[in-house]
Amino acid sequence: MILFNKVSKRYENGRDALLNISFELGQGELTFLTGHSGAGKSTLLKLIMLIERPSAGQLVVGNIDTAKVGRAAIPFYRRQIGMVFQNHQLLFDRSVYENVALPLVIAGYRPREAGRRVRAALDKVGLLDKEKQNPIALSGGEQQRVGIARAVVNKPRVLIADEPTGNLDPELSAEIMDLFDQFSQVGVSVLIATHDLGLIARYDHRLLSLNDGKLISDGYDTLEREGAY
Amino acid sequence: MSSRPPPRRPPHHNPQNRPTQSPAAVQKTRGATAAGTTFTQRFQSYREHHKEVALESLRRLFSTPLPTLMTILVIAISLSLPAGLYVILKNAENVSADWDGSAQISLFLRFSITAEQGRNLADELAQHKDVKRVEFISREQALGEFEAQSGFGDLIKELGENPLPAVLVVYPSVTDLGSAQGLRNELAKRTEVELAQLDAQWVQRLYAMLDLGQRFVAALSAALVLAVLLVIINTIRLAIESRRDEIIIVKLVGGTDAFVRRPFLYTGLWYGLGGCLTALLLVQIVLWWLQGPVNALSELYSSKFELTGLGFGVSSLMLLGSVVVGLAGARLAVSQHIRSIEPG
Repeated sequence: MILFNKVSKRYENGRDALLNISFELGQGELTFLTGHSGAGKSTLLKLIMLIERPSAGQLVVGNIDTAKVGRAAIPFYRRQIGMVFQNHQLLFDRSVYENVALPLVIAGYRPREAGRRVRAALDKVGLLDKEKQNPIALSGGEQQRVGIARAVVNKPRVLIADEPTGNLDPELSAEIMDLFDQFSQVGVSVLIATHDLGLIARYDHRLLSLNDGKLISDGYDTLEREGAY
Repeated sequence: MSSRPPPRRPPHHNPQNRPTQSPAAVQKTRGATAAGTTFTQRFQSYREHHKEVALESLRRLFSTPLPTLMTILVIAISLSLPAGLYVILKNAENVSADWDGSAQISLFLRFSITAEQGRNLADELAQHKDVKRVEFISREQALGEFEAQSGFGDLIKELGENPLPAVLVVYPSVTDLGSAQGLRNELAKRTEVELAQLDAQWVQRLYAMLDLGQRFVAALSAALVLAVLLVIINTIRLAIESRRDEIIIVKLVGGTDAFVRRPFLYTGLWYGLGGCLTALLLVQIVLWWLQGPVNALSELYSSKFELTGLGFGVSSLMLLGSVVVGLAGARLAVSQHIRSIEPG
């Protein structure tokens, strides 16, 4: 689903944010992406979202070679990727329902079909009874679940999460992780960028470790987890 | 919108020898699950979306009534100024078209023409189809009038001879300046006439002033339309800035530039429409307010003159123009700012 083939990213100021990264994320696979801040996690996610372009190498997402996606096609490309943000990125001038429905409105769904999908997504994250509320009235964990509902409402094949448990206690983090697990089990490829070592240690998922823009480990070995830092 | 698939791309090389799908093919399968499969359904969904966005941007304007009202008033005042001046000009033109015989043509006869011949000529000219009435003033009458009015009677007596010619005062039955001038030129050709003079200077001066006024209104309109455009650009720019976070989120979840632009274009349209309707109302209110005094004045001059407003044609044109200016302003603001707001 996601294929990095010798991808490098050098910013205009000459800094190499990523160097020669190669890995593949299969369908239904759930992977952690870790590394200290500045190691290149954000850059890697930005490349997948086509916020930034690789300086070298090939990046294929959902069988689409990103180099062939022009500026005008980027919105359509992004519709196949669900993104969960650390700070939720919810809009507080509208209800939970309208927040989750946003990707469907953009994609031109008819209201009835959109309503069905929004309620299914909200049901999945356990917030069906809060659809009419303003997200500002919800707790941090609930806001993050609204963000997840919005990311999956369009049934994306790839789900990207940037520090999804950043401000949550371990119990809420576990709830969020359960959701990601469930999505991967139905075939969604999930990539979770996090520096929450406790969270990583609690699961035996695949782990990609970045250091100074280089991929220093890729595997399931817990020893490697400890050596990641 | 899902109705617009990206351009088809050739299949590309994949180092892992995996079958790959072109973006167009992905789009096709996703489009089928989206708004509906037929073009009609998709078009209907698109139209519904437009209606919703239009109403939503209107709701947004009403949710901040005071700033909205101020912007609308600025636009309305800018538009009502040239519109009001245009109404004044149009009415002034009506007045001048209605000068109704107040002009007269003075025919100064040659000295060789006797009073008898003069009277005969007056009778003859009175039959002319463009002439209402002719008045004959003999040389003696003219001298008498001059003496009475100027007080130079003694001086004239010392000349020993009457220096004044006989005059025929012709009152034309035609009411427009062009025909009156034509009549003057025709009468000037007669051998008895030394000099023919059309006393319609005030009408000519009025016409000259109206011409000047029209140019002034045109220049003022251009300047104020530009002001309206700038007001709309600035207002929309602020609206874009205040919704910066939303624009970034919309772009991240796959919103096209057109989708991001749409609410702002509708906002511009509403500003143009609202501003123009308010301007038309302002002009109408001023007209109502002037109606009484104008009627009184008109009665004093025993004229049938009536104050006219902008009229349906000009009002519609103004509305259309304002909507275009609103959309153009929004479009300019949006194209300047929305591209610079990108996630990252």
